[in-house]
Amino acid sequence: MVLVLALTFAAFGLDVPASLAIMWKGAFSDKVAIARTLVRATPLCLAGLGIVVAWRAGMYNIGGEGQYVLGGIGGAFCAKFLSSFMPSVLSIFILISGIICGALFGALAGWLYVKRGVQVVISTILLNFLALLTLEWTLRGPLQESKKQTFVTDTLPNEVMLMRFDSGTDLHSGVFIALIATVLIWVFLRYTIPGFHLRVVGDSPDAARANKLPVGAIQIRAMAISGGLCGLAGSVDYVGLTGRLADGYSQNWGFIAIPVALLGGLTPIGTLGSATYFGALFAGSEVLKRSTPIGNSVVPAVQGFAVLAYIAILWALNRKTQRRFD
Amino acid sequence: MEAVVWFFLIAQFTAPVAFAALGETIGQKAGVLNIGLEGTILVACYAAVVASAVTGSWMIGLLAAVLIGAILNLIQGFFTVVLASDQVVAGTAVNLIGLGLTSTLFDAGVASGQKFSGVAGIPKLPLGIDVLLLSLPILAWGVHWLLFRTQFGLALRGAGEYPPAVESAGFSVIRLRMIALLIGGVFAGLAGAYLTLGTASSFAPNMTAGRGFIAIALVTFGRWKPMWVLAASFLIGILDWLQVALQGRSAIPIQFFMALPYVVALIVLVAVGKGTQTPQSLGLAYRREK
Repeated sequence: MVLVLALTFAAFGLDVPASLAIMWKGAFSDKVAIARTLVRATPLCLAGLGIVVAWRAGMYNIGGEGQYVLGGIGGAFCAKFLSSFMPSVLSIFILISGIICGALFGALAGWLYVKRGVQVVISTILLNFLALLTLEWTLRGPLQESKKQTFVTDTLPNEVMLMRFDSGTDLHSGVFIALIATVLIWVFLRYTIPGFHLRVVGDSPDAARANKLPVGAIQIRAMAISGGLCGLAGSVDYVGLTGRLADGYSQNWGFIAIPVALLGGLTPIGTLGSATYFGALFAGSEVLKRSTPIGNSVVPAVQGFAVLAYIAILWALNRKTQRRFD
Repeated sequence: MEAVVWFFLIAQFTAPVAFAALGETIGQKAGVLNIGLEGTILVACYAAVVASAVTGSWMIGLLAAVLIGAILNLIQGFFTVVLASDQVVAGTAVNLIGLGLTSTLFDAGVASGQKFSGVAGIPKLPLGIDVLLLSLPILAWGVHWLLFRTQFGLALRGAGEYPPAVESAGFSVIRLRMIALLIGGVFAGLAGAYLTLGTASSFAPNMTAGRGFIAIALVTFGRWKPMWVLAASFLIGILDWLQVALQGRSAIPIQFFMALPYVVALIVLVAVGKGTQTPQSLGLAYRREK
């Protein structure tokens, strides 16, 4: 992967070793840099896990973006209307409502597929746009800050925000939520019967049907879990990092989570690793863009490669299975 | 008179989705679900603007868009038709690459002072009519003729219904599907060219804003019949125009109108469901028996 990065720099005519050094410094050199990497990696890991669950069930959810945004909106509604609760309880409520909103949004796409045959790829993309427009509207309507001047929500009070470890960095305890979620999803997919059923449905719906598994219900459930994780990513960012919603609230996190999951081989542990890698890329490119305007562009270029690599792997696997049958 | 003005105004909002949907119709009739349409159009948009900016000629811009559209579709076809990999995954990859690539090139281009707006557009007649817009109904009829009035169209439709039969009649399903994708790519290129050179003459990252996906929904809505697909596109054109026309003039939040095309596309897909007119082998890879 470092090679891809180097090639990308070279393609844009940058000094390769110097740029790599800047990226490294921006991502890992001191506690500020490491905190930056982990903070970026957290939503990527959570949403990436969501993609893993859906895709392993054969549901090509590309609505992570919408589910992330809806998670944030759900959290913000909670913060606004349940503000009389104790701060620590409120933060938990915000997280839970993020999960619920994302899960419902994901389940909706799953339901549309199972009941009406609407391709998940298409419905989730359309729902993404609806989620973004909902965000725009709520920021100008029910969720607008109390002074009604700018299009943002009220900033969460400090007591509600997730615990921070060091006042000098942005690192918040949401990082542990991502770690716990990774382990849970790993155990779920690998060691539980529902997780096994989910994978069977993904590998071969016909085989699942022949064994009397409720394929439709499992597909909807997979989409709900997937949406829930993406929604959780949205509410973790809200209650851990930003403390408020604005128009550019999601920096395409839900979308970027797809290459993250693909590069992680659609496994939970792999996703944790690739989320960290992409988190470091983002952190490094933030520093890099101070010296060159294309700093921002590094990440999408690497992503494109990630997807291509995934297709190549798929094709190789495909050929292997075919050979076995021939 | 007013009605005529409105008609052509709406027609300009219709054209990009209509071109895209017509191309997608050909592909779907042949059994290929081209999910990568959005990404293909986006790259075509970029190509049109850059080529027009560099050469100062809208025709070369148009040509570049069409060429890029065709090439991208053939690449996708190589994966889905020739290698028989999953059409949804490959299409999603094209979308991601299209978005990533054009945004990257845009960022890099802006930084080095490249021109992305005010490039040479398609010359306009009164009422905003232009060559490409006029060609739309002709092309729609052409697609209809190709699909339903020619031997080739029959074979193409066969490839989408029951490929083995077409294969045993002496046609190559893979070649038929690749040709369908090639034509579809040309149409996606036209969509990209119209979206840029036909309207604002500029490029912005992710400017397609889901039109590719809406076009896919329209094919279902139009029951895989080119003329109906064109009519369905006009409906989306009206909704698209509505949100521009009502900007700041209505008590209802503008986001509501902006959401309409997406909502309608979803409702259409839900209402139509799978239906019996869907090509039977849509989305299924064909492997030749050995």
